[in-house]
Amino acid sequence: MTLADHLPIVPIAIPALAAPLALLAMRRRQGWGTGIALVSCLAMLVCALALLAQANTGAITAYQLGDWPAPFGIVLVVDRLAAMMLVLAAVLALIALLHAVITRADRKGWHFHPLFQFQLMGLNGAFLTGDLFNLFVFFEVLLIASYGLMLHGQGPARLKAGVQYVVVNLVGSSVFLIALGLLYALTGTLNMADMGLRVAEVAPADQGLLRIAGLLLVSVFALKAAVAPLHLWLVRTYAVTTPAVAALFAIMTKVGVYALIRVVPQVFGDGAGAAAWVPAPFLLPAAMVTAGIGFAGVFVARSLSEQAAYAVVGSTGTLLIAVAGWQAQALGAALYYLVHSTLAAAALFLVADVVARRRGGFGDSAAPGPDFAGRSAVGLLFMLAAIATTGLPPLSGFIGKLMILKSVTALPDWGWAWGVILGTTLIGVIGFARVGSAVFWKQVPDLTAASAPATRADLAAPVIALVLLGALSAGAGWASAYANAAAAQVLDPARSAAVVLQERAR
Amino acid sequence: MTYEFLVASAIGVLVAGGIFLALRARTFQVVLGLTLFSYAVNLFLFASGRLVLNRPPIWNAAVTQYTDPLPQALVLTAIVITFGMTALVVILSLRSFLETGSDHVDGDHVPSDAQDGIVDRGGQGGQA
Repeated sequence: MTLADHLPIVPIAIPALAAPLALLAMRRRQGWGTGIALVSCLAMLVCALALLAQANTGAITAYQLGDWPAPFGIVLVVDRLAAMMLVLAAVLALIALLHAVITRADRKGWHFHPLFQFQLMGLNGAFLTGDLFNLFVFFEVLLIASYGLMLHGQGPARLKAGVQYVVVNLVGSSVFLIALGLLYALTGTLNMADMGLRVAEVAPADQGLLRIAGLLLVSVFALKAAVAPLHLWLVRTYAVTTPAVAALFAIMTKVGVYALIRVVPQVFGDGAGAAAWVPAPFLLPAAMVTAGIGFAGVFVARSLSEQAAYAVVGSTGTLLIAVAGWQAQALGAALYYLVHSTLAAAALFLVADVVARRRGGFGDSAAPGPDFAGRSAVGLLFMLAAIATTGLPPLSGFIGKLMILKSVTALPDWGWAWGVILGTTLIGVIGFARVGSAVFWKQVPDLTAASAPATRADLAAPVIALVLLGALSAGAGWASAYANAAAAQVLDPARSAAVVLQERAR
Repeated sequence: MTYEFLVASAIGVLVAGGIFLALRARTFQVVLGLTLFSYAVNLFLFASGRLVLNRPPIWNAAVTQYTDPLPQALVLTAIVITFGMTALVVILSLRSFLETGSDHVDGDHVPSDAQDGIVDRGGQGGQA
């Protein structure tokens, strides 16, 4: 076994080591924590890119923790989808961390950097694991870290939203455990690949229980993804969170979507009897309602960060419309749109922060305020982020939505899907135009501008996010080919099961 | 009456009580509800390995019949996580009460219902 064979564990090991290290180092000097966090994120990105290159050959790698053979030990599975999510998480983490360091948001509380690293550990673990209980554990790791990050900086508004966020997620975790208990009792395994084979052997008398277990599991993922009617926790939480953290949280809802994409074809595929494709009848209507609610929220939002939070809900809805058919081409389009919508939401949160920092007491509220430094530059950034989020050309949102529209024509209800996607786009454009014109065009003349920040360095992180969106648009051919290949891999669980459950090769 | 019935009804009562309390508007009741709910979940997970009596979970030369050890390990993990989370939510509710002066889950100043048995202090809890 060479050193390269251990690559799959590295994205979990790096933050797991960096977090306590940062905690210890920050007792001496805060700057060391920042340095450790940046180095750790860069190392994660390098490692994720290496895994992406490895997965891009079409190979599925199973890494047996402690070298225990598959159904008994825990495995990490690297395929195209997992590698793609790892790269996305690492890129997003770098952008969010950069913004937090530049705006000194990381100095508002004590443990920003350790919590940030633990959050990344949970994210990377959730993307890599091939074991359902391990998925629960990594969900908990990322949630516990997110509780801390969400409350970072404190204040009554954050505490109020924090109580609800924690309570909702605790209930979600409990339901997750019930679903796991049912599935274990029925199949006798927790390994996803093994479970996918064993669900076919569940006795006819237990089919009802299997269906309940599947629906409970899917509802938990829907709660994490903030799918209507389980979306109510998201907006209040994300709108009051420190924007740099909210930018990272943009990927947290996508973890729910990822878990859905990963678990449903693998465990509840064609062979699952009564639980075959168990969310299918509910997912498309729920996704359409989610998209509608999200972009309606964009239309009526009272502040830029609230608008960004609603945009997260709306884009999850659009994404799930494409997922709902479980067909390779639509799923490929969804995966491309997933990467795009995560970066676009992060860009929106960061622009909201830049505006709030320059307007003093007016914050990021969607009302005319005083003139502020760099208004045209920030306005341009906002416009680009809005274009990306709503899906107008030339940024990648347009390509993503175009691919989704094209691919859902294969579904029976595609007329509804088209209507919702196009309608929400229009509402979103009007909503962003309304807020943008209030903040960047109108001004209250007799107000003096708030003291401008000394530098324009805080524009760096949103610019990087937008440049990446441009790159995603320019490299759309390669990216969509990769996404389609990843979707095909996900929808062929027999192949990954063969890799995971092989006899010990070495 | 079988053991199955006893365990199943205990889980059912705990879940019902937990959900009822978790839907209440005051944080303390919600915390109690979550605790009951998590007890029920732990019992349920434990039972997912089937209920058997007087059988060891680990290897023993004298016996041939074992109980499933995996749910016990899972329950241990779940208990640890729930314990930590309960501690967090207690502190968080307390902090929220001290900062906003209200123990309502929305942080709003809502007059107490008579059935809550709480004397309304007019939202001055933070200064108490």
